[in-house]
Amino acid sequence: MSTFTPIPPRPAPSSTVGPLAWLRANLFSDWPTSLATVSIGALLLYWIPPLLDWGLLRASWRPDFDACRVDGAGACWGVIAEKYRIILMGRYPFEEQWRPLLATILMTALLVASCMRAFWRRWLVLLWIGVLAAFFTLMYGDILGLTKVETDRWGGLPLTLLLATLSIAMAFPLSLLVALGRRSELPAIRSVCTLYVELVRGVPLISVLFMASFMFPLFMPQGLTIDVLVRVLAGITLFAGAYMAEVIRGGLQAVPRGQIEAAATLGLSYWQTQRLIVLPQALAAVLPGLMNNFIAIFKDTSLVTIVSLYELTGALGLALNSDADWRPYKIEGYLFIAMIYFAFCFSMSRYSLWVERQVNKGKAR
Amino acid sequence: MLCALALTPWFLAHNTAVNMEARGIQSGFDFLVQPAGFDIGETVFEFDSERPYWRAFLAGVFNTLRVAITGILLTTLLGTLLGIGRTSHNLLVRTVCTVYVEIFRNIPVLLQLLMWYLVLAVALPPFDAPYNWGVFQLDKNGLAWMVGTEGDTLFTFSPEFLAVLLGLTLYTASFVAEVVRAGITSVPQGQGEAAASLGLSRGQTMRYVMLPQALRVIIPPMTNQYLNLTKNSSLAVAIGYPDVVSIANTALNQTGRAVECIAVIMTVYLITSLATSLFMNWYNARAALKER
Amino acid sequence: MKFTSLKLVPATLLGLGALMGATAHAGKTLDAIKERGQVVCGVNTGLAGFSAADSNGKWSGLDVDVCRAAAAAVLGDGDKVKYVPLNAQQRFTALQSGEIDILSRNTTFTMTRDASLGLNATVVTYYDGQGFMVTAKSKIKSAKKLKNKPVCVQSGTTTEKNLTDYSRAHKLNIKPVVFEKLEAATGAYFSGRCVAYTTDASGLASVRNKEAKNPADHVILPELISKEPLGPMVRRGDDEWFAVVKWVIYGLLEAEEYGVTQANVDQMKSSDNPAIKRLTGGGEDMGKLIGLDKDWLTRAIKTTGNYGEMFERNVGSQSALKLPRGLNNLWNNGGLMYAPPVR
Repeated sequence: MSTFTPIPPRPAPSSTVGPLAWLRANLFSDWPTSLATVSIGALLLYWIPPLLDWGLLRASWRPDFDACRVDGAGACWGVIAEKYRIILMGRYPFEEQWRPLLATILMTALLVASCMRAFWRRWLVLLWIGVLAAFFTLMYGDILGLTKVETDRWGGLPLTLLLATLSIAMAFPLSLLVALGRRSELPAIRSVCTLYVELVRGVPLISVLFMASFMFPLFMPQGLTIDVLVRVLAGITLFAGAYMAEVIRGGLQAVPRGQIEAAATLGLSYWQTQRLIVLPQALAAVLPGLMNNFIAIFKDTSLVTIVSLYELTGALGLALNSDADWRPYKIEGYLFIAMIYFAFCFSMSRYSLWVERQVNKGKAR
Repeated sequence: MLCALALTPWFLAHNTAVNMEARGIQSGFDFLVQPAGFDIGETVFEFDSERPYWRAFLAGVFNTLRVAITGILLTTLLGTLLGIGRTSHNLLVRTVCTVYVEIFRNIPVLLQLLMWYLVLAVALPPFDAPYNWGVFQLDKNGLAWMVGTEGDTLFTFSPEFLAVLLGLTLYTASFVAEVVRAGITSVPQGQGEAAASLGLSRGQTMRYVMLPQALRVIIPPMTNQYLNLTKNSSLAVAIGYPDVVSIANTALNQTGRAVECIAVIMTVYLITSLATSLFMNWYNARAALKER
Repeated sequence: MKFTSLKLVPATLLGLGALMGATAHAGKTLDAIKERGQVVCGVNTGLAGFSAADSNGKWSGLDVDVCRAAAAAVLGDGDKVKYVPLNAQQRFTALQSGEIDILSRNTTFTMTRDASLGLNATVVTYYDGQGFMVTAKSKIKSAKKLKNKPVCVQSGTTTEKNLTDYSRAHKLNIKPVVFEKLEAATGAYFSGRCVAYTTDASGLASVRNKEAKNPADHVILPELISKEPLGPMVRRGDDEWFAVVKWVIYGLLEAEEYGVTQANVDQMKSSDNPAIKRLTGGGEDMGKLIGLDKDWLTRAIKTTGNYGEMFERNVGSQSALKLPRGLNNLWNNGGLMYAPPVR
């Protein structure tokens, strides 16, 4: 008997494969779609080439404003080349700028490392404490032979990173307590937590910052002055804590009641239940929401410009406002720091998608 | 621990009172009936410097509402279109919407407001060479609807208002797009397939099948975005739009009553947030699934 | 958890009680400065000629020099000053709360500020007035031509009120465009959003000089629409520090009157004129009357020079602003600076 050899499969009909078919399926499937494609395509063709031309082809990259002022010159990226030190480091003394640079690199490395699975060990906490201590030592100085630099001279990217990281790190435990407090059976704790969350969520961050920066000193006993940076950090932490508390509360509501009852039958105390059973499930459920919050806090650090702390956005104003030669090129400066913010926030959102996928691996079929 | 929590606000209030008395700082809300002494650049109703402070605050509230309500309407429109676009079958539309959302979501709103203000300040035609189109006039004073020949205007949109509106609308629209997209994807896929089997076009599916069901999932986060837009309008103080924060700021400086003015700002925003939440809760209850 | 909290109650009450006790007695600023070894001086974020920091963080200006003179008189060294840059909104609460010792930030003395904020105005160091700056291209020659025009102004200053009063009085219906930050206001003016920019005349000169691409393209209009006596302020209830600041400034004015300069202050100790001897510590000890030593004013003069030298160096002929002495000249030279005698 001869073995059965099936005939090779015939290729798919020519109208369903190949680039033409792909175009038909994705871009020109029916009349409205085709119209949309054509009109959007036309708009893009109208806007993008001149934009590229302005931004890249005709742009001048050297820190020479005569080159920028030539008629028909494009974007003046030279303003970045000229002013990048003030934009990135604020008013930090010029010779000591290696210190904030090193501090920023350390902090970024720490954040990246904390995101990677390989680093999720017990000594990560020690690493955090160590890097934060190193950060403050480098920025403030006054020991190990480094000159003292007061906190009102800190600025630029290190300040943005510091405000974002510290306020998120401090707001997280606060928000856990407040979220648990809102579900507590004691009416006093529940009402205090609810009042805190609703009050803080109802007002804009700028009013919290105004209060922290102008009115905090009046709240304290005379003679006790708190550093402006600490006050602003406190304000942002309180603000972030309220929003995160709401997100975590949503997660707590998603944990089935049966889990808590089962934990009770096993003899676990309240805090043991929360720590071992409830919180891991609750946090896993709301991780995307929390990451959203982290991104929002990072962006909100730009508001401290209004209380005269010169982080990235404020440092740009500092660099360009008083310099009449470079002031016309402020838009390039804005685009530069917009790209920096975009890089950080986009990476965080991609990371959050990755985390979501990891967490949902258990639920995937 | 409870006592510590309860005593803290009393401790702070006592400190403030003692400090203020020790330094001779006057306090109280009596300044609200004094004449304001400052003009406001643009107001919804008539205001001049002889009117009292509370009227100035009211003008600020109306300015905030003006930009907030207009912003909410525009951002809902734009955000819904973008959200639908992100679920489109057309690759180009989908890509453009995704790129828009990613860009505008990841840049801080203050930075966007400053950039739009700069663009408007540079791009608008100068005073002596305005751009006229029918009854509209565009110059560095903003967009004006001219009436008559002496330069009287029916209304004017100042560049500050336009910059705040533009910045807030474009920023919040990217979040609204995500909310709408989440709502649409929450509708079971079977609904879309059933609609297709009934012969409904994609537009009809979206209008009659997907969006009504998606609304239940969309409304709570949408409320959040509306509130965010209203609160973000407080950033107008950085670019010269006289909203309530900016006017409270001026009042704070002229009277020195820091505590009272900041209390006014917070009260205004709290009331607005509560009102919006209540309205959306009512709408939510109306649109909710009637469970058995 | 509920049982352990009972133990915490008395502890927290005790702690709170201790802290509350701390609020009862007001701190004396002069003692605090001597103990700290530093004067905390509230200054502007950057106004050339009055208080501005260069790129190395070194502060200079007329208001900065007042703080340096006070530090030299009290602590012996004009560099023992910590400068806290403040914007227009924060300046009063910073002084009220004790964050700074002296507010030397081109602040106008008004009744509201002197009477209702818990502060005391010391001595006028600069008599100024509010003016307008327009572009030469606009061909506006007088402030009365600003009818219906938008004018950029910074929020939180006497400028806003003065602009409104002037606009009402002359029926000009000026539209103020109010910004929180100084840079935003000047930026809007330079980009053409406003027809004019208004602030104190000295501020206009400073801005025009520093921020305009071509200073000759901008014109400062002749009208001065208000009185702006600028000077440092201190907290109320602190009479020793108030006296020190007042008399350091009066002393610097008297020094100019008698011709004592930074260069010749040491020789002037052995002068024949008893008034000069009192100023330079060669005669009667005036310092102990305000809690300082004999050479209080000598050190101040050595650090900053007399008032005339301070003026010329920061805002006058030796600076980029080139403002004339005008009203800020001595009383016997056509100006308003009249110091009570140091005796």
